[in-house]
Amino acid sequence: MNEGFALSTESLVKSYELDGQKFNAVNSISLAVTAGEFVGLVGPSGSGKTTLLAMLSALLTPTTGKVIIDGTNLSDMSDKQRVEFRRKRVGFTFQANNLIPYLTALENVELMLRLNGELTAAVRTRSRDLLARLGLAARLHNLPSQMSGGQQQRVAIARALIHNPAVVLADEPTASLDTERAHQVVETFAQLIHEHKRAGVIVTHDLRMITYTDRVIQMRDGDVARIYTSRAEIRELAASGPG
Amino acid sequence: MQKLLTPLYLAQMEVLRNKVRFFLISLLIALITLLVLFIAALAEGLGGGNREYISKLDADLLVYKADSDLLIAASRLPRSVMNQVRRVPGVRAVGPIAVSNAAIDTPLETPDADPLRVALLGVEAGLPGAPPIISGSPFSTNRAPEAVVERRVIQRLGIKVGDRISIRTDQGSGDETFEVLVVGLSDGQQYGLAPVVFLPLLTWDRVRSKTGPNSPLNLNLIAVQLEDPNDLAAMKALIPAQVKDVEMAGIREAYEALPGYKEQQSTLDTQRFFTLIIGVLVIGGFFQIQALQKVPQVGMLKAIGAANWMVAVAAIAQIILVTVIGVLLGGAATLLLASTLPPGIPIVFTGQAAVAAIVSLLFIGPIGGAISIRYAARIEPLKALGMSS
Ligand SMILES: Nc1ncnc2c1ncn2[C@@H]1O[C@H](COP(=O)(O)OP(=O)(O)O)[C@@H](O)[C@H]1O
Ligand SMILES: [Mg+2]
Repeated sequence: MNEGFALSTESLVKSYELDGQKFNAVNSISLAVTAGEFVGLVGPSGSGKTTLLAMLSALLTPTTGKVIIDGTNLSDMSDKQRVEFRRKRVGFTFQANNLIPYLTALENVELMLRLNGELTAAVRTRSRDLLARLGLAARLHNLPSQMSGGQQQRVAIARALIHNPAVVLADEPTASLDTERAHQVVETFAQLIHEHKRAGVIVTHDLRMITYTDRVIQMRDGDVARIYTSRAEIRELAASGPG
Repeated sequence: MQKLLTPLYLAQMEVLRNKVRFFLISLLIALITLLVLFIAALAEGLGGGNREYISKLDADLLVYKADSDLLIAASRLPRSVMNQVRRVPGVRAVGPIAVSNAAIDTPLETPDADPLRVALLGVEAGLPGAPPIISGSPFSTNRAPEAVVERRVIQRLGIKVGDRISIRTDQGSGDETFEVLVVGLSDGQQYGLAPVVFLPLLTWDRVRSKTGPNSPLNLNLIAVQLEDPNDLAAMKALIPAQVKDVEMAGIREAYEALPGYKEQQSTLDTQRFFTLIIGVLVIGGFFQIQALQKVPQVGMLKAIGAANWMVAVAAIAQIILVTVIGVLLGGAATLLLASTLPPGIPIVFTGQAAVAAIVSLLFIGPIGGAISIRYAARIEPLKALGMSS
């Protein structure tokens, strides 16, 4: 069932205990994402989106179930291997604090390559090109404090892609952006996921952003409430408003 | 390789892009360094001024009068004891030391200056207790009106070997002055924080302060050289067994028993210790505040795959860098300040004390920063997603 998928989960569960009561923040979720596919993860606050994302990125250990990326089960890895896995196979953008404040845009992107010991002259030009592609050609040597929120998110997108990860995970990348900037960021993000053939997952509470995704998984109380696959369905959901 | 260097790269970039902040903390470390080095130099200077003569004695043991509690002023030994000590098997040589103090009149050219206070020591040329002479010659006889003086006496009075000095002492009925010829020069010989004027023993007896008319010549100490310095412990027991009414001390024991010496040194050590503790706390506080501010970025770094050791190494590297710069700055400032100090101030920089101080200072950064390093290493990568486990 998992063959051919860059990212898949099988009956993924994360349980927490609250006031002595056990509950599933993520309740038996099975999903699969192919390389080059951009999946939107939506749902009300508390529905389990971030928890799911944390398990997909090996930051959080599932209570039961599996996460399989590139054919490897994350549960079979040691802690050390999981760190290495995130460094090599995962690209991340976060809601906030994406960038190292004392590094420039270019240096933040290159940091991902440094961490992997892969910073060479050739990939250096690739970092510049990618940032230029994201409209940041004039911002290469700016510190995060000298860039807008949208520009910072785009630097984070470049960093999430530069080391050729298998999966790219984005947690609320538009939370602090105005509508126009949000559209620009997610649209470019989608293009790059498609071009670079990565498995992309974007968590967003802003339904308008899902127009750029290929599939939408709607969560509620830890369960998959509904999956939107056709363009028409997705467009209709996106039109239903900011969420 | 690049992976190994990444933490150093991060540490270095953070410092370079926040120069003022890190310079200020280095400056604080520099000030602490200055303080610690000066306290060490003061301890050395004051300690030296007290102990110099005793600690440099060409002797293995000192003989005191019994029950003098190693107080030199309270120890009074008749000259005959010297012969008794010399006859103890294992003793190679003995020499008398008699202690008093005096003032030396300043030359007429500087009439308003106060008389120079000196320690007046009676010794015998060629015997233990006599100082090494760096220029000039020793006393010609044991009762010649001659003196060997410490370099500071020459400097302060502006005289030279071959000049005469007037020694003023209290003779009970009033001050009297004695003229002696300076025949020799000695260096680094202070006693009781005063430079020393050495006189031949019998001259000393004539010149020394006397409270009454009938005050016989007594020695304060007898300096003893042993045939075999390794026999120290045995000889320390043997001499009082064969010579009545004496007690013994090694050189170190002797200067540690000088009045106020131990108290002074421990006061200065306490000051130095607390200065170091303050340094540890200041640096620890600074790096802890910084670690708290860096929680989000460290969480993010770990989420994107930086290992704990990278975060820890980056933190350590930064602390070491800031500490080393601070200590270097402080050391340079100390050198600069020390070279402008007037000579009378009892501040002495010795290589050994300065190295010990600098080594201890280099540890205050890592010790102070240890908690913040541990804290940074424990930040959870889940923080990047706004979660915690
Ligand atoms: N460490 C935790 N301990 C207990 N409950 C948690 C923990 N983390 C998340 N939860 C709970 O799990 C549910 C899902 O949270 P989350 O994944 O953050 O939702 P979303 O990202 O969709 O807003 C929420 O009810 C949240 O309170
Ligand atoms: Mg969330």
